[in-house]
Amino acid sequence: MNIESQDLYTQIILSMAALVGLTSFLMLGQGRLLRLIFVFAIQGLLLTLTTAVAAYSLGNHHLYISAVLTLALKVIFIPWMLRREVLKTNMHRDVETLANQTAVMLGGASLMVFSYYVLHPIVQTTSPVMLNALAVSLSVMLLGMLLMISHKQAIAHVVGFMSIENGLFFAAIVATKGMPMVVELGIAFDVLVAAVLFGIFFFHIRSSIDSLDVDLMNKLNEVDK
Amino acid sequence: MIPAYVLLLITLAGIVFFGLSGHKADMGKINVWFNGVSLITTIWLAINVFNHGTILSADKAFLVDSFNVYLIVLTAFIGLTTSIFSAPYMAHEKELGKLTANRLKLYYSMYQGFMLAMYLVLTTNNMGVMWVAMEGATLATVLLVSLYRTPESIEAAWKYFILCGVGIAQALFGTILLYYAAVQIGDGENALLWSELFQHANQLNPEVLEIAFVFLLVGYGTKIGLVPLHNWLPDAHSEGPTPMSAVLSGLLLNDALYAVVRNKMLVDGATHSSMAGYLMMGFGLLSFLVGALFLHRQKDIKRLFSYSSIEHMGLMTFAFGVGGPLATFAALLHMTVHSLTKSAIFVTVGHAAQVAGTQRMDKIRGLIKTQPKIGWGLLIGTISIAGFPPFGVFTSEFLVLLATMHSYPWLTLPLLLGIGIAFAGLFRHIQPMVYGERPEGQNPVKANLWPVMIHLGLVLWLGLAIPGFLAHWFSQATVLIAGSSPL
Repeated sequence: MNIESQDLYTQIILSMAALVGLTSFLMLGQGRLLRLIFVFAIQGLLLTLTTAVAAYSLGNHHLYISAVLTLALKVIFIPWMLRREVLKTNMHRDVETLANQTAVMLGGASLMVFSYYVLHPIVQTTSPVMLNALAVSLSVMLLGMLLMISHKQAIAHVVGFMSIENGLFFAAIVATKGMPMVVELGIAFDVLVAAVLFGIFFFHIRSSIDSLDVDLMNKLNEVDK
Repeated sequence: MIPAYVLLLITLAGIVFFGLSGHKADMGKINVWFNGVSLITTIWLAINVFNHGTILSADKAFLVDSFNVYLIVLTAFIGLTTSIFSAPYMAHEKELGKLTANRLKLYYSMYQGFMLAMYLVLTTNNMGVMWVAMEGATLATVLLVSLYRTPESIEAAWKYFILCGVGIAQALFGTILLYYAAVQIGDGENALLWSELFQHANQLNPEVLEIAFVFLLVGYGTKIGLVPLHNWLPDAHSEGPTPMSAVLSGLLLNDALYAVVRNKMLVDGATHSSMAGYLMMGFGLLSFLVGALFLHRQKDIKRLFSYSSIEHMGLMTFAFGVGGPLATFAALLHMTVHSLTKSAIFVTVGHAAQVAGTQRMDKIRGLIKTQPKIGWGLLIGTISIAGFPPFGVFTSEFLVLLATMHSYPWLTLPLLLGIGIAFAGLFRHIQPMVYGERPEGQNPVKANLWPVMIHLGLVLWLGLAIPGFLAHWFSQATVLIAGSSPL
């Protein structure tokens, strides 16, 4: 597959897929919370652009609504909320030392290969472009999980959580030209409510353990103490 | 279709009412009324389906057939009985100073929110909306798990939120793949409708659907509490208020399993292989055995029964995986009797914990001497859930064993072993709690045990003789899922 032989829309989508994947890796290795949130906002912006391009080239008007929703939620509201939380708790001065950073990055790379491997059977029925798009979305999801495993701060967990949503959204836009409108509105509503609930939780966690380090929450387990 | 709309509107009105109303003393009673009207509406819906068969709304957004209609009635019934229990229980918790009036308002509003999400999962015909409603159920209950605001409850709620959120994201990826397979054969807006997908299931791309099912099973399986995705379940059940544990165990787990089975019907139609069934059997058997083993080392009474839920959900998943008319019939029956028994047990457990002032099992002693109704309720509930005859759980477990012996004889061994381990695990804890002398400072509480008696009575009835119309109903649902009737 030669990228130059594809039409312009496909070329744009493929580049966007690569960039979205790249932002996931950038987040994975990021120890500073403010930068993490910034990269997350950029990932949201890339998604907005992808949606807008898809809406324009497919002439599908409801995708414009999705683009506006993504812009409002993933680029403005959620990053703003997280940034405010970081500044309020003075966490922007700390750099989280990530344990096994090399291993985590290598793990991330293998997750990406794994995504291609999992989705390979569908290449028989579709274009290689679709395989790339779906595999990148799956790896963005898996990298989001890895981000949550490797970071300790609750804020990083929320970024990971939302970046998993980003991966799903990318798959929905590229592979299926957007879900039916009612589903997309429902998902956007769920994301909004989840974001508000996360805000409430930051408050509760801080008042309960006086920190946002979720490793300190270890009271409930099956190990005898 | 009108009753389905009425049902959704009632619960929506409930959310708004409790959200906006001032602090009233009788909110618990009003909640009972809301759920009572919901139950009447669902019976109206059930009669419609009984007389006219499957109902599909004009815009195809809602579908009620013999499979989901009985779950809808069950949901409304358990919603009602739990609300009857919860009114005095929550009032007592407020007297103890564990709650403020504002949080009580949140509790009742989100109780209705959870019921709305459950009804939407069950009635919708759109697989995407089903996902949205399932996520909505998490969002509605997550603040209820942390209602007491103790460090433990906040930890449990955070775990619940993150694990279920991430887990269910997998189900959305599965749904997207399903949609991707569907748009290749149909038009966009209708492509996620279950009725359309089911009709054209054999044209769907089998490779894509196989991958999709793995994601759907892992995603909804997190909500069912399948091992190894179960970690949130004991925490959320033990730290939240007890009425919440009752509806989570009795309803949420069932409805998540319902979502998996709906998807499995599509995948089976597309692939003509037993891949989906094998996956469910594997996950189910693992959950069943791990849940049974973990029963032994529990210290908290609500954690004990959450592991019992994991064990039973594993058994149902296994039975649906085995497929075939007999196993499917048994799984449907087991869903009913498990929901009824488990919610009854959580009601008694809630009272037992209030009597003893703690959830630690080594501190709860001599319940029969302290308050006979609670002691006997807990004992009979445990006997029922452990699968003793003549209760309904025995019938359904026996049918599962029979079906397994028929299709996979060598798997009967781990099943029997698991049932034995679970029995021992439950009774070693329950026996000292109900018998023995009454310890100092353990006093009876005001308790309403009607829900328990009604639930256990129904389970007993189902164990002795399944009424004709219900058996007919189960067999219709079995025909829908498995293709032929067991009767």
